[in-house]
Amino acid sequence: MEKRKKILSGDRVFDTVNVILLVLVTVIIVFPLWNVVVNSFSSAAAVASGESVFWPKEFSVDNYRAVFQDSSIWSAFLISVLKTVIGVVCHVFFCSMVAYGMSKTYLRGRKLYTVMGVITMFFSGGMIPTYLLIKSLGLLDNFMVYIIPALFSYYDMVILMNFFRQVPGSLEESAKIDGAGTWRIFLTIILPLSKPSLATIALFHGVSQWNDFMTAKLYVTNQALYPLQMKLYEIIVQQQLSSMRNPTGVVVESTARGVQLATIVVTTVPILLIYPLLQKHFVSGMMLGAVKE
Amino acid sequence: MKKKGSKVQKQSLGIRTKQWFVDFKNQIPLQMMVLPGIIFMIVFNYIPIYGLKIAFQNYTVVDTLDSAQWVGFENFRIILSDKYFWQSVVNTLGISLLKLAIGFIAPIILAIMIYELKDGPFKKIVQTISYMPHFLSWIVLGGMLITWLSTTGMFNQILMGLGIIKEGKNILLDADKYWWIAVLSDVWKSTGWGTILYLATMAGIDPTYYEAARIDGASRLRQVWSITIPLMKTIISLNFILTISGLLNSNLDQTLVLMNTQNQAKAEVINSYVYRMGLSQGDFSYATAAGLGVSIVSVILLVIANKLTSKLNDQSVL
Repeated sequence: MEKRKKILSGDRVFDTVNVILLVLVTVIIVFPLWNVVVNSFSSAAAVASGESVFWPKEFSVDNYRAVFQDSSIWSAFLISVLKTVIGVVCHVFFCSMVAYGMSKTYLRGRKLYTVMGVITMFFSGGMIPTYLLIKSLGLLDNFMVYIIPALFSYYDMVILMNFFRQVPGSLEESAKIDGAGTWRIFLTIILPLSKPSLATIALFHGVSQWNDFMTAKLYVTNQALYPLQMKLYEIIVQQQLSSMRNPTGVVVESTARGVQLATIVVTTVPILLIYPLLQKHFVSGMMLGAVKE
Repeated sequence: MKKKGSKVQKQSLGIRTKQWFVDFKNQIPLQMMVLPGIIFMIVFNYIPIYGLKIAFQNYTVVDTLDSAQWVGFENFRIILSDKYFWQSVVNTLGISLLKLAIGFIAPIILAIMIYELKDGPFKKIVQTISYMPHFLSWIVLGGMLITWLSTTGMFNQILMGLGIIKEGKNILLDADKYWWIAVLSDVWKSTGWGTILYLATMAGIDPTYYEAARIDGASRLRQVWSITIPLMKTIISLNFILTISGLLNSNLDQTLVLMNTQNQAKAEVINSYVYRMGLSQGDFSYATAAGLGVSIVSVILLVIANKLTSKLNDQSVL
């Protein structure tokens, strides 16, 4: 009895310490983010002195005004939206089309296709050979470089294929008897029944399209084609350079810094908006590929 | 079904091939759905793999893959005596090993802590918040880091507030601190997301184990140590293998945004070196050779790690 009590109180200590530590973890994650938002809403002087910590000192929307007056940021935003929307639609459609074919075990050549696909998950040509390929395909400085090389992913295809296999075969059989062809079955039965899995793939591919900056960095030099991430990168690099050349010009530096922070917030807001949607798909998005293969 | 299989085997090769083509023909609509994917992989995966041969060539912009002069292992020989390459290897390994030491353990601990919470709003909030940094791009996080680490930024304010330092300075310009910046920012970004796989595994643990342990008087810490962790052995070692094989993978996004002229000697990693040599300076063959050499070592690491953990676990995880 005595021992039990000791353990019970020990458990209470365990729970309390656990909760305190987790509160600390959330603070470590939230506070820096909050600090960015606070500073983006502060005046240049307040950013420079570093006085805006928990709450904007001298609240101002000047930084945002500067961001939205910059037409190149608007065009970068548009490119980002276009590449994300078009990229997601094409990627999901292309992957599910292949996945439907591959979901049929009686497909001739299926073993060969699988081996070819698995190899791509382990070996790649790397940065330079891929660059040379993109160049010879005429995709340098071309909007399609955001879409075409991202059309297909063997990994996403496998996830979709496993989903399609769960659609009851009887539905397809009865459609076949009614005279529906392969494409018709795919478009009117398989796709509508697989909406949750399509949503998982679409959301995760959407986030990676939105966040992708390497494609632009490697293959695009035309500023008119820069997505938001690349534009932000340019702003950051320029500001780094100017602040290093000019270590005394504190105020000049921090005007640019406030604008930089506002751009960061603008770049991140779309992700935060779809975050609640994403959340439903976290576990399925992470697990499906891991469990089945 | 089985009978049919053995019958097919008895048939001659010619008939079987013929049957194969008849089947193929009957599946043309299906095949036409799969074929674009195969063509995609040939173009975007296999052609670059074939393109790796420029590592053994002296490839210049005017050459084609076949016309370039063949130089054998010459590029690799030069790399071995290139001190900037070795510097990038040291940085890559240093950052990766620190990431392994901290970033590998952290998600396991955090997952256990979250698992030990009672279901409720607090648990949901902790999970929602800790997954969030995963969805920030490295450019966004890099921009934030530059601000936090700047002379008047958050870190200097905190350190000055605590009286540890008197005057703020730009921490990102301090090359000696770069590895820690790279590692800790990565841990900050990915620890929460890394818990998902562990939490999903823990959700499958039979709760009667814990009940039995409680009746036997085991404390909570003891339950974690003797039940939760042993039951996660497989998933932990699988993750370990993947981490080991990724030791030489460096984060190009992170490096490009955080590297500056002051910290370059500590920040340059293999990927950024390949990028700089290949795309900025146009030495395609040399950069490809560096990249290829590193991927070969990575595959060897993967095999070794798999051997090691399979000895520990009595079974191969891969």
